Amino acid sequence: MTTISPQRAEISSLPRGTGTRATRIIGIATIVMIAWLALFGLVLSPADRDQGDSVRIMYVHVPSVWLAYLAFIVTAVCSAIHLFGKRHSLGVDRIAGASAEIGVVFMAVTLATGMLWGRITWGVYWQWDARLTTTALLFVSYIGYLAVRGLDGTQQQRARRSAVIGLLVVLEIPLVHWSVRLWRSLHQEATVLGTDLDVSLDGLMLFSLFVGVIAFTLLFLWLVLHRSRTLTMIDLVGDRELDRAVIARRAEGGIDHA
Amino acid sequence: MRDAGFIFGSYLITLGAIGAFAWRTIRVGRRLADEVAEEDKPWR
Repeated sequence: MTTISPQRAEISSLPRGTGTRATRIIGIATIVMIAWLALFGLVLSPADRDQGDSVRIMYVHVPSVWLAYLAFIVTAVCSAIHLFGKRHSLGVDRIAGASAEIGVVFMAVTLATGMLWGRITWGVYWQWDARLTTTALLFVSYIGYLAVRGLDGTQQQRARRSAVIGLLVVLEIPLVHWSVRLWRSLHQEATVLGTDLDVSLDGLMLFSLFVGVIAFTLLFLWLVLHRSRTLTMIDLVGDRELDRAVIARRAEGGIDHA
Repeated sequence: MRDAGFIFGSYLITLGAIGAFAWRTIRVGRRLADEVAEEDKPWR
């Protein structure tokens, strides 16, 4: 008869893969909040006086862009910690990479939902307007950041290169945010917390937007935890395959590496 | 609801894109977890 150690039994009770009890709780909370977002955004919140029902797109569009900004700022902070920290930790580099990937997804969602809103409001999907163009530039810049992460080299080289780029491209965020003030823009100015810190939304509209922000923040946290753990395992498996390839090559050449 | 196609479409795109990314992340994580030893998973 075999016995299972208490530690082993505890591990087997955890979710498979990259999951833990904490991610499971965050995941359930995220699903609940997204259901609330759909309920409030599509059903309970009223139509806007000027925009009509198209305002409902705002409850996913605005949280998406805020979370994309947050993700890119997390990438920049982790890049700075990697670059200037004493340990040059690869762990924070993986969090930077995971966060950038998630930011790109949220930014793609921002562009797509913005285009649908633009089609209703302006009659066209796209205009080479300052806000739209700078947002597209930010999106392409982070695709470039992810492309650099995929280049050949050691993990330390990858981390150093991408940290430098992560610190440079984050500087585009203020340009995107202030583009509506710097240039004449079709895009409306900030509805919530403009320069005068005045909240120009109220009631159920503000609450629906708040639900969206909380839902997407929880989603971001859940995704970062899972994706950074996946990146850790990708690096481990990559190292192991490289070791095997080196051993095989040495064996072919008859080199004794002992 | 006016412009319902665009409005529901925006929610579908949002949830679809994020859901697809989440599903892929979980799938890759589970596949790799079988190849990596438990002691190399500090989160467990």
